[in-house]
Amino acid sequence: MLDAARALRDRRTWAPLLLEQMRRLGVESVPIALFIAVFTGIVLALLSRYIFTGTVPIYFVGTLVSKTIMLELGPVLTGLALAGRVGANIAAELGTMRVTEQVDALETLAYDKYAYLVVPRVLAGTLMFPVVTALAIAIGITAGWLTAINLLELSTAEFVKGLTIFYKFKDIWFGLVKAASFGAAVTLIGCLQGLATTGGAAGVGRRTTMAVVYGCQAILVLDAFWAVVLL
Amino acid sequence: MIRFENVHKAFGKKIVLDGLTLDIPEGATTALIGFSGSGKSVLLKHVVGLLTPNAGSVTVDDQVVADLDWDGLTALRSKIGYVFQFAALFDSMTIGDNLRLGLARRGLDAGEVEERVTQSLKVVDLAGTADHFPSELSGGMRKRVGVARAIALRPRYILYDEPTTGLDPVTSAVIDQLMIRVRGEFGTTAIMVTHDMRSAYTVGDRIAMLYGGRIRQVGTVREIQETEDPVVRQFIEGRPDLEGARDAAALSGGGV
Repeated sequence: MLDAARALRDRRTWAPLLLEQMRRLGVESVPIALFIAVFTGIVLALLSRYIFTGTVPIYFVGTLVSKTIMLELGPVLTGLALAGRVGANIAAELGTMRVTEQVDALETLAYDKYAYLVVPRVLAGTLMFPVVTALAIAIGITAGWLTAINLLELSTAEFVKGLTIFYKFKDIWFGLVKAASFGAAVTLIGCLQGLATTGGAAGVGRRTTMAVVYGCQAILVLDAFWAVVLL
Repeated sequence: MIRFENVHKAFGKKIVLDGLTLDIPEGATTALIGFSGSGKSVLLKHVVGLLTPNAGSVTVDDQVVADLDWDGLTALRSKIGYVFQFAALFDSMTIGDNLRLGLARRGLDAGEVEERVTQSLKVVDLAGTADHFPSELSGGMRKRVGVARAIALRPRYILYDEPTTGLDPVTSAVIDQLMIRVRGEFGTTAIMVTHDMRSAYTVGDRIAMLYGGRIRQVGTVREIQETEDPVVRQFIEGRPDLEGARDAAALSGGGV
């Protein structure tokens, strides 16, 4: 990790690679993130209707859907999905490069492997996870709204009332800060697992699995950390 | 000049190099032979700082490789071309981009880079393949691209790691002639790790045998061919002598 920090100074190596990594890790992750968000929004709306019947005003459906998605399920479910997609992809790619000596070849060409392989991926993850999460939050709340007005006999006005009544700006930035930390953790873990690969194809498989598992664990630990620190 | 002085290297409890000393003369090709697992490739990686010795030193042009900081190591690696056993081409890049990657740090303008790419591919008889991907090429062609990638840098030293392993006899001969041509055209100093004795005799100006973590014998091609050392003799004749094979296996950590 100290080597990665040093590699940040080697801007002429990582800067040209950043946009491509942002596209691969971020833009290409949008479909799966939105898929998860849609169903999360639908289920949350149905669950809240079930929970709140006869207890609290029905517009609290909007509150529960928006708060839960913005504060927790949006960042965490998106992060877990991307830990599988992005973390595994990075670990497999770098692991394969490692066992086929491509990483060694990079170093013999006088490139810093951390500047070339790690920094652009970690920066891309840190920048793009919040973007993907923001899209997921928007789509999740939208899905919840559509479910509410079509299946739960809520009006849009009631849903929006619930959404805004307890709204704070912190609800948004809290989720995005978490998402950025998830992105940094997932990508860094994927890179380090990949670069540590030995043992051919079996080794690549092992490290890819470890990248996903550790990435998911890191997300859950960070989730608790931010809740303690920021809430 | 490259100098190995009393180099020790172990991976855990497995001792690979055990006090190896060897000088690599300028302008010549030294073939480094030895049994599988004897540490030839490990020794080669010390030259470019991919590995550092546990004791002893590896010196290139009077600089101790292990003592170099990042800038010093970068400068050293700029003088050395490394041809990996399986070429180690970047499979997400075209052949041309594989060569351009190393040239990007040489302060050349775009025209000079393209000229080097074209010329290097021509030297290895792969003109016109710049837009192909490594997966589209045969094993022998990939090896030649690996050589092209190394010579494009105009290095002072070239390190070949088993350049003919896994190739058919004709392609091996093509690679041998290529290495000779590179030496003639660019005047490079080379270390060639191999257990292909035909290749060692053809390309090597000197041959050094690595055995037991040290240099067993070093000499001219003729001196090696006429050696009376039983271990060297057994290796160059390819005799499956069970006792010799058992010794070698024990030293390399394997069984017979």
